[in-house]
Amino acid sequence: MDTKLVELMADLMEDEVLALVKEKIAQGDDPTEILNDARTAMETVGKRFETCEYFIPDLMMAGEILKEISDMVKPLLEKSGTGTKKGKVLIGTVAGDIHDIGKDIVTFMLDVSGFDVLDIGIDVPVQTFVDKIKEFQPQVVGLSGFLTLAFDSMKKTIEAIEKEGLRDKLKIMIGGGQIDDTVKEYVGADAFGKDAVAGVQLCKQWIGG
Amino acid sequence: MTESAAELFAQREKRISDAIALRVPDRVPILVFFGFFPARYAGMTVQEVMYDPDKIWQAQTKALFDFQPDGDQNPYLLRYLGPILETLDFKQLMWPGHGLTSDHTYQFVEGEYMKADEYDAFLSDPTDFIIRRYWPRICGKLQGFEKLPPLHNIISYYMGIPTGFGAFSLPEVIEALETLKAAGQESARIGSYVRKFGVEMKEAGYPVQFGGICQAPYDTLGDFFRGTKGIMLDMYRRPETLIKACEKLLPFMLEMAVAGTKISGNPRVFIPIHKGLDAFMSLEQFKKFFWPTLRDLMVALINEGLVPCPLWEGDCTSRLDIIKDIPPGKACYALEATDIVKAKEAFRDRVCIRGNLPLSILATGTPDDVRAHCKKLIDIAGPGGGYIMDASTGLDDAKAENVRAMFEFTKEYGVY
Repeated sequence: MDTKLVELMADLMEDEVLALVKEKIAQGDDPTEILNDARTAMETVGKRFETCEYFIPDLMMAGEILKEISDMVKPLLEKSGTGTKKGKVLIGTVAGDIHDIGKDIVTFMLDVSGFDVLDIGIDVPVQTFVDKIKEFQPQVVGLSGFLTLAFDSMKKTIEAIEKEGLRDKLKIMIGGGQIDDTVKEYVGADAFGKDAVAGVQLCKQWIGG
Repeated sequence: MTESAAELFAQREKRISDAIALRVPDRVPILVFFGFFPARYAGMTVQEVMYDPDKIWQAQTKALFDFQPDGDQNPYLLRYLGPILETLDFKQLMWPGHGLTSDHTYQFVEGEYMKADEYDAFLSDPTDFIIRRYWPRICGKLQGFEKLPPLHNIISYYMGIPTGFGAFSLPEVIEALETLKAAGQESARIGSYVRKFGVEMKEAGYPVQFGGICQAPYDTLGDFFRGTKGIMLDMYRRPETLIKACEKLLPFMLEMAVAGTKISGNPRVFIPIHKGLDAFMSLEQFKKFFWPTLRDLMVALINEGLVPCPLWEGDCTSRLDIIKDIPPGKACYALEATDIVKAKEAFRDRVCIRGNLPLSILATGTPDDVRAHCKKLIDIAGPGGGYIMDASTGLDDAKAENVRAMFEFTKEYGVY
């Protein structure tokens, strides 16, 4: 592990870390190692977010840097040996709501935490959730919604999942602007997460890893 | 003896201004952001009220007269948008019939409507940037303006005039100009309803909550130009430029607010706060990027004799000690999810608090839940005045019986 790389990235020093990665590639360092270091740095970023040292802009910036490093390194990887994933999570913004920023951050954080995430987009009809769950067979479903109209969409989505006999096979977490315990009870979800890291923790708790 | 509308108007206005001035009013005032709740309450779709000015009137007055808040919000500015948005082929919203079904509230379409490398163009001539680059992106029917040359170079008879107007003969520019004419007619129509509604509601005894609107410069830049992600990354990649752009927008925001209050004759200025909340930036970033130009704006408004009324969306508990730094008794802070106990502690002698009744309770709870929470709010924030009852944000999907409980309870229990 290159502690300098890990530290620079965890501190979000974009120019410095990218220069270092370039240097390492030029001197023939193992690209898989570089990517692993970047993921290790992401863990630090996640921890700093949990302890309120970092906030959403920091997650966004870390995501940008990770993407830039991946773009530089990935062409050098022989094949994308992604390794085994921790488990499957399906995520989407419920019908009638087109907000995606929160959902995208959760997707990104789950992905870097090693989960196999399927993001099915925004304004997702109830039936699409059901169909995609049958197809993808996730252990966790994340429903996102920012507006109050999302409460009923979430409720209907969970009712449909139940009606199809899929409810017992998975855990459901919800999140978004107005979401709290009252809403969780109302829609019949298993839990709500107040932010992306809370979402990741719920998945770890339910799936393991 | 029944009170005349004029007396009721005076009582309501006094109740609101007493609370804002940190004096003890006769009772806790109650104001709400109705949103599309009146449409739901009157059994109409969102689409109907967005397109039919008579239905907006019916829906709004029904909700207003049934619940009788201490102030009203003119619904034409934020609801009667269908025709003008359609005329412009507006891209920054999805609304019923345009990406959403008839009963969904309109929603903002996030985007990077100004790219990172366009800051210089924006800073050197914002109006030019807005007309020739920004409008064509946010209004499909104004795309033709991309073809215009910079108009600041049409100066005189041998500088610009001879050939400078050539682009105005291009078909796409002509279409854009015709769109402006049609949009102008729609604007005039909205304006006439706004005036008519304002006059009649005043006669019915209802002051308006807000006479003008503007935003924190950082929010204006982030919401409409750079996008949420764009502006967050700008804090790292081009911090000085971002601050310059906020400073550039500051006088525009002030001008917008002052113009509104002059027309309406009401000093309260609504400032929705979107991107300054706890989760959206660190305290250091807030102090560096968000607060300075917002504070300057609010102080400038106060110096104009106006009353800044920001709605602090989300949770802003970590910012209380910073944001309380404004002249006392001159502003009203609506709080969505900020800790009310800590807020009262920080704002007691400083600024009036509004709201904080969770919409989740209004939308999914029972009237008893609502009453219990209203009691808690009045007990915590009411003592000494300086509190206005309201939901945490727009009522849109609140249950009618819960809204009724909120009003009845506050008017009874909130008496000082």
